[in-house]
Amino acid sequence: MEKQLLTLTVNDQKYELYISPKTLLVEVIRDHIGLTGTKRGCETVSCGVCTVMIDDMAVKSCSILAVQAEGRHITTVEGLEKNGKLAPIQKAFLDHGSYQCGFCTAGMLMSCAALLRENPSPTKTEIKEGIEGNICRCTGYNSIVRAVEALAKGNYKEE
Amino acid sequence: MIHDFTYLKPGTLQEALSMLSEHKDECKIICGGQSLLIVMRQGLLVTDYLIDIKGLKELSYIAYDEEGLKIGATTTHRAIETSEMIKQKYPVLVTVEKRLASIQVRNWGTIAGNLAHGDSSGDLAPTLIALNARIKLASSSGSRIVPLEEFYTGLFETAMEKDELVVEVQIPPVRPKTAVAYKKFNLIENDQAIVGVAAAVTVENGGACKEARLVLSNAGVTPIRAKSAEMVLIGKKLAGALLVKAGEAACGDADPVSDIHASEEYRRHLIKVLTERMLKQAWGQAAHS
Repeated sequence: MEKQLLTLTVNDQKYELYISPKTLLVEVIRDHIGLTGTKRGCETVSCGVCTVMIDDMAVKSCSILAVQAEGRHITTVEGLEKNGKLAPIQKAFLDHGSYQCGFCTAGMLMSCAALLRENPSPTKTEIKEGIEGNICRCTGYNSIVRAVEALAKGNYKEE
Repeated sequence: MIHDFTYLKPGTLQEALSMLSEHKDECKIICGGQSLLIVMRQGLLVTDYLIDIKGLKELSYIAYDEEGLKIGATTTHRAIETSEMIKQKYPVLVTVEKRLASIQVRNWGTIAGNLAHGDSSGDLAPTLIALNARIKLASSSGSRIVPLEEFYTGLFETAMEKDELVVEVQIPPVRPKTAVAYKKFNLIENDQAIVGVAAAVTVENGGACKEARLVLSNAGVTPIRAKSAEMVLIGKKLAGALLVKAGEAACGDADPVSDIHASEEYRRHLIKVLTERMLKQAWGQAAHS
């Protein structure tokens, strides 16, 4: 099938890609651009490990065609840090041990970051709702919620 | 593995309709694709052309006037969930949206994609049927409006012609002394409904039921309107025994399957219980409205 030219903006950088239109956004991010922080999990919109942000909204990149993301701003987990400094959400995750095996972490970070952009001081219930689309198979949800709670209290500042 | 297709991206609705008319025998429409891409990846759906209407901003709107609510096809679930106006006028829709899949899916998935996919375990279709919604379909030769209740014709089958596209969902104003409730049963919150029940109840000044619309989710190959249960209620006053009778009638109207999630028997039991609860909830809210 005919490939086509696609211009994508990922983490504020423009990429020109030559892809088949059936290519999924997660495939472009991982296999074509080489940003492998974003994971592939269930691939049925269930587990959330492939979560990235499109225009500051959390979405599941396993179920979006890359061509549908043209003209929009995509942020992956690699785009959270600024000038080599971790983003507040990343620091909070580190301090609260918000991961066990780590496979869900990239998706969790993106869902939490999207939540905080929409609502900088979420309640515990709102935090839980914010990560409803992300499954942690180690069941380490509490430490993730604690990290976001600490952020909501203003314990972390952007450097 | 997704089979190859030619990707078409119309810039306007008119362009989409002419592409659809040209390729009607060999194309599929994608909007958010939150359901479609799953079945494409599973190889259950193969298409030569894929027409992408996600970018059609002209179809992304929520508007309310004396005729009721109009929601454009490409409006996302999240836009419905967060609409203050919908929260005021149709609070049940916000309740439904908050328990629909996940934030990520609601951020990208759209109302028309959800309805046109035709999965009988969907939450929106039964709720909208209870709200007496209509769906507007357009083709290059014109448009027509179909009651949502008549839209579903079989398992993943709808009344849409091959050259038609969903462009709008229309919901009449909720009548005075009316309330609508929806609840689904599932094991993981926000998962698909094992079964679900939507109930709309209008009460008379004396407190008797004037009108009821009861719609079942995942209780058959399409959303099912439980008309014999509705008949049980008309003219009657709210009472425990009446709700039990309505629940049993709803069981009779249902045609559920047994699958990995629940047996037919268990589904019938759940339909009975949810029918009682949703009627009680809607009735109580309608009486106090």
